[in-house]
Amino acid sequence: MQVKFENAPWDGEAGRSRDDKAFRDISEHSGAHGRTMPESAFPIDGGGMKPAPFEYLAATSAAEAAEALAAANGDGKIIAGGQSLMPMINFRLVKPTILIDINRIAGLDRIEKHGERLRIGATVRHRMIATDALVHRHIPILHDAMHHVAHLTVRNRGTFCGSVCHADPAAEMPMMTLLLDGTIAALSIRGERQIAASEFFVGSLMTSLEPDEFVTWIDIDTLPPETGWGFEEFSRRHGDFALACVATTMRIVDGVACDVRFGMMGVGETPLRLPDIETLVEGQAISETLLQDVSEALKGLLQPNTDIHASADYRRHLAGVLARRALRDAWKRATFRKDGPDA
Amino acid sequence: MPEKKITLSVSVNGVAHTATIEPRMLLSDFLRHELGLTGTHVGCEHGVCGACTVLLDGRSARSCLTLAVQAEGVEIETVEGQGSVDQLGRIQEAFRQHHALQCGFCTPGFIMAITDMLRHHPLESDEQIREALSGNICRCTGYEHIVNAVRELARERGPLT
Ligand SMILES: Cc1cc2nc3c(=O)[nH]c(=O)nc-3n(C[C@H](O)[C@H](O)[C@H](O)COP(=O)(O)OP(=O)(O)OC[C@H]3O[C@@H](n4cnc5c(N)ncnc54)[C@H](O)[C@@H]3O)c2cc1C
Ligand code: FES
Ligand code: FES
Repeated sequence: MQVKFENAPWDGEAGRSRDDKAFRDISEHSGAHGRTMPESAFPIDGGGMKPAPFEYLAATSAAEAAEALAAANGDGKIIAGGQSLMPMINFRLVKPTILIDINRIAGLDRIEKHGERLRIGATVRHRMIATDALVHRHIPILHDAMHHVAHLTVRNRGTFCGSVCHADPAAEMPMMTLLLDGTIAALSIRGERQIAASEFFVGSLMTSLEPDEFVTWIDIDTLPPETGWGFEEFSRRHGDFALACVATTMRIVDGVACDVRFGMMGVGETPLRLPDIETLVEGQAISETLLQDVSEALKGLLQPNTDIHASADYRRHLAGVLARRALRDAWKRATFRKDGPDA
Repeated sequence: MPEKKITLSVSVNGVAHTATIEPRMLLSDFLRHELGLTGTHVGCEHGVCGACTVLLDGRSARSCLTLAVQAEGVEIETVEGQGSVDQLGRIQEAFRQHHALQCGFCTPGFIMAITDMLRHHPLESDEQIREALSGNICRCTGYEHIVNAVRELARERGPLT
């Protein structure tokens, strides 16, 4: 939890980012861990409450959730897996007047293939993505990426869409949504709006969702079977948030890379898609010289932060190393898979 | 702001409970303070340490990141359902044999997470075991003995069907 908050440049930002800075400070330095709570086997009157008061609605339909969100006038919060929201609520950094639980809305827990796209409902858990056969077959890079997300117990509850809405700059799923040209379906009492991933992430923990909108599903590209991929992440401990991460896909046509996609996270305020790198690699065979050019280009393109975990320079260096590895892996896999998906 | 209390019905280790509570009550606090089930420990209250792990409908979850009201109709399992001092459950027994605990603060969370792992995860190699355990923090044991206990339990269980 801490790692991701420290990755973001809070200072000088207004509103919600002030809360986040406070959260970072609390979780890093304080007695949040050492706070003494009265522990008793008997009911404690009024004691033991960590979150500020709120009302709670277990919505049973998307329409009911949309109405409650509109009625809350910007002070309502959707809860999906709760794996990012509840820590902030426990520390009273977020104080919604009403929590609208979408977990009991039928039909949102599905992964479906529509043509060349995969549709992921709002209550699809990380665990379901990690074990889903459609994901494994059609987007193996997403299957791989999921192994870097948190831990078993957190993956049991946390949702793909919740992670995208939370928009942590060091989270895997926002980056994957951007890499796979995702479309985000936002519902409100005003109707449904579809937002391109490229328009969705506007800052650290900030999205272009309106306060009365919530996400019902996200669509992402499936990849042609001959696509190769590379996913490289560096974090201090397995399941921690990344210091830097690269995800890339490509096919090989006539001996050169084509349909190159290149995404990164952990090195900016939002997940990144880097069209300059994609253009650099497109139409080329992967070689030492090209990989050298990519690392050089990345140095100019990235403006990572310095924090207690890593300096900006170190992150820039890391980006180059991870990019080389990921591109090499993608090239190798694409070479392998040219002759058939199961080759 | 006056909060509307909500009446909640849950099953904990097979025993039905009904209570009227504030929506903001965490499941961890509900178990400890309302039901007196203090086996579920509370370490960090922001999802990092795993001490508060319980099972919700058979899958492990952080009870500090779950509201009690969200557990309506859910089958909850806590460490109290595993066994007693006189009659340890199988995982507890393996922990005892392998010295997989010292102070014991983290132990209930480990035991519940391991219950989930043994039911649903292959655990074919030490690497898989360590990855599965990575969501729980222990400040005493250095993990080695916990891995040993899980390795034995996984072997005993055999491959997942
Ligand atoms: C110990 C720990 C380690 C973790 N490590 C990682 C990691 O390595 N990588 C990683 O990516 N994540 C990590 N996470 C976060 C985890 O992936 C969360 O599950 C995820 O960020 C949020 O999903 P959620 O469903 O739990 O959302 P919630 O916590 O329920 O919500 C998060 C935010 O999104 C909003 N929201 C949720 N769903 C919707 C919706 N459908 N429409 C509109 N708004 C919505 C909520 O209002 C809230 O603001 C970690 C969490 C913990 C506790
Ligand atoms: S107390 Fe719940 S994870 Fe630490
Ligand atoms: S036994 Fe003491 S924290 Fe694990």
